[in-house]
Amino acid sequence: MTAAPTEPSPGAYLDHAATTPMSPAALEAFVAELTATGNPSSLHSAGRAARRVVEESREAVAAALGARPSEVVFTAGGTESDNLAIKGLFWGRRTTEPHRRRILVSAVEHHAVLDPAFWMAEHTGAEIVLLPVDDDGVLDLDALRAELAARADEVALISVMWANNEVGTIQPVHEIVQIARPYGIPVHSDAVQAVGQVPVDFAASGLDALTLTGHKLGGPMGVGALVAKRGLPLTPVLHGGGQERGVRSGTLDTPAIRAFAVAVTEAVAGREGRAEHLAALRDDLVRGVRAEVPDAVLRGPDPLADPTLRLPGNAHFTFPGCEGDSLLYLLDSAGVQTSTGSACQAGVPQPSHVLLAMGVPEEDARGALRFSLGATSTRADVERLLAALPQVVDRAQAAGLASSARPRATSAARAATTSAGRPA
Amino acid sequence: MRVLAAMSGGVDSAVAAALAVEAGHEVVGVHMALSRNREQFRAGSRGCCSIEDAGDARRAADVLGIPYYVWDLSERFEDTVVADFLSEYEAGRTPNPCVRCNEHIKFEALLDKATALGFDAVATGHYAQVLTREVTEPGPDGAPVTRTVRELHRSPNEAKDQSYVLAVMGPERLARSMFPLGGFASKDEVRAEAERRGLSVSNKPDSYDICFVSDGDTQGFLKARLGARAGEIVDTSGEVLGEHEGAYAYTVGQRKGLALGRPAADGRPRYVLEVEPVSNRVVVGPAELLTVDRIEGDRSVWLADDVLAVAGWEPAPAGTDGASPGRVSGWFEASVQVRAHGVPVPARVRAVVGPQSGSASAPGGATRTEVELTGETLRGVAAGQSLVVYQGTRVIGQSTVQRAYRAQRAASAGR
Repeated sequence: MTAAPTEPSPGAYLDHAATTPMSPAALEAFVAELTATGNPSSLHSAGRAARRVVEESREAVAAALGARPSEVVFTAGGTESDNLAIKGLFWGRRTTEPHRRRILVSAVEHHAVLDPAFWMAEHTGAEIVLLPVDDDGVLDLDALRAELAARADEVALISVMWANNEVGTIQPVHEIVQIARPYGIPVHSDAVQAVGQVPVDFAASGLDALTLTGHKLGGPMGVGALVAKRGLPLTPVLHGGGQERGVRSGTLDTPAIRAFAVAVTEAVAGREGRAEHLAALRDDLVRGVRAEVPDAVLRGPDPLADPTLRLPGNAHFTFPGCEGDSLLYLLDSAGVQTSTGSACQAGVPQPSHVLLAMGVPEEDARGALRFSLGATSTRADVERLLAALPQVVDRAQAAGLASSARPRATSAARAATTSAGRPA
Repeated sequence: MRVLAAMSGGVDSAVAAALAVEAGHEVVGVHMALSRNREQFRAGSRGCCSIEDAGDARRAADVLGIPYYVWDLSERFEDTVVADFLSEYEAGRTPNPCVRCNEHIKFEALLDKATALGFDAVATGHYAQVLTREVTEPGPDGAPVTRTVRELHRSPNEAKDQSYVLAVMGPERLARSMFPLGGFASKDEVRAEAERRGLSVSNKPDSYDICFVSDGDTQGFLKARLGARAGEIVDTSGEVLGEHEGAYAYTVGQRKGLALGRPAADGRPRYVLEVEPVSNRVVVGPAELLTVDRIEGDRSVWLADDVLAVAGWEPAPAGTDGASPGRVSGWFEASVQVRAHGVPVPARVRAVVGPQSGSASAPGGATRTEVELTGETLRGVAAGQSLVVYQGTRVIGQSTVQRAYRAQRAASAGR
């Protein structure tokens, strides 16, 4: 008995921060290019045709982001771009200035930044400084200033995300760059969640490197870019044929790159109108959750108080007494697809490091749920969530009571009366 | 029914889930994550806790076309099963963590959470049978009332039978549990069923060892968690024969790993007779001193109301928790088993509420089990072991060995 792979249910998809559906234009470009033959590095006509697609795509991505085409390095996605930025910059700087061993990152970075940083600490003698954030998840700029005032000459690089993937907090990237500039320390920003949601202009930002990926903005999975200033000392992570100015070897994925460029162009061009639409839907969602579940706690900046501090499509709540996995299961059963935080390979929900860094108690962090809207989201999606939510939360609270941690099985517990001695 | 299938990633739980689906139930697969620091791949026979196992469970759910989730029960597991494992060894006892996992995790944390989330039952891949029969009795107003009695029985697959580790769950939890593999007479049959359904776990090796002791080295695990505590190994006269690094690492009946420098005067092998946690001493001696013919258990759980009733066990007075001291059942004939793969031996058994005789530390009020072996004796029964009472294939109750008494009569065919 083998069941056919099931189509995604026609329910409400509220997990665009995990991945977005591909836009029709991107899909069309993707499929069209899949039928073409030609390695962009080949010198014959088929190769030149493919190379032309890649370079036009590079120009399109650069134009959408306020960058120069030569600053765009195509990669296999956000994680690779972040790895190249952290490792490449650290190694690149160390060849000329070996005393620069400190990597400054915010405490709420994605694992694609945190894990390479801590890997560098374990394997190449880097020292990691986790920069604190406030209750809303906004970087503590004074902590950054103090760190640089004390040891700027030991710092190799700074990496602070443009917008947080869990709570949607937008970071003061411009101020961070201003603070770092006098010291000449390169700044990288993971803008995976930001591009297409908020204005992102690489040149105007003053950043040295910026990460983006295709599948968060209507493009295919498995393609992204690191936008990096031309003079930046980047040591390659992938060695081989020397593609992408020698920084990232590997045959260029022409169909994915073309679809990625179409998606980026589309997402950035339509950003303003879409953001307005999403923010209005999101605000309704926030109001609705508060009305239906009064003890739910919004995490991250309150968009109803100041909409500029948060991604327009993001809402995030903790539900007291609930476990996130219960909420997720019950909502999924009701046709509403959400996330407890970031999607995890092992599928094991654990208290989010982002919430913990924001000072949320571990107990509360267990009941976290993220709702992220995207281009295809509708009012009906939000209504479906709000219709299901009260019952779901009641039930999850009951389950939370049933499975809450008990006292340790010590001799005291062993001495407890066995009430099961008689059938209940 | 809405059924939660607990899916470890092994073949048994995958086939159990498949059978629940085919029985027409609405099934959701759940894999329990029991450790925060999971190994990427399973190692040897410790097959249930790695990320690879979670992936195997996910693929089985895909093939069955059922939803699949991972629930993190690692904290609860650490606080109950692992903590009990450590504190029991520390107290010189020999725990069975699989029994405690069934008691605290599968048929408590998971079952209660599932019930609260709207499931009617939890299905697992255990080898045991639940048999039901109708009983008609006079109700409170004299009119006959028919109710369904659920009995837990051994699996027909004797080698795989797991009724021993399930007996701890009690009747109310048994009513919310399903063991779809109960009728299978052999593991090969289960593998064939998996193969027939295209489940890739059909030829996955069985798991045997304690899942949270990742390298299989229980002594090493205990030492790492409890620290080294050097002490003496003595004989029954108190003569020091050697040293150890922690009495907790020894189990009554153990022969290997004593590392005594010189042989016994009579040249016969020596066994651990007692583990004394307070004096941190391990007492060793000849095998015949391990022979046991009387056992007392505490933390008893009874699954056969009717058997106890025949034995004269009065229902608890209304408005009490059933634990008032002084209540006692008559003796009834049964067999008892003290190890997961042990052989049952004939005994007479009774249930007692009240303090352990001669033991001030025993909790007053808990239901105890008293056992007198009537045929063969047992060898090396350690406090902490699970004692399960059977009549034929039926589980009557379960208790945790509190004390075993050395046989006064001549040892015969001890097992």
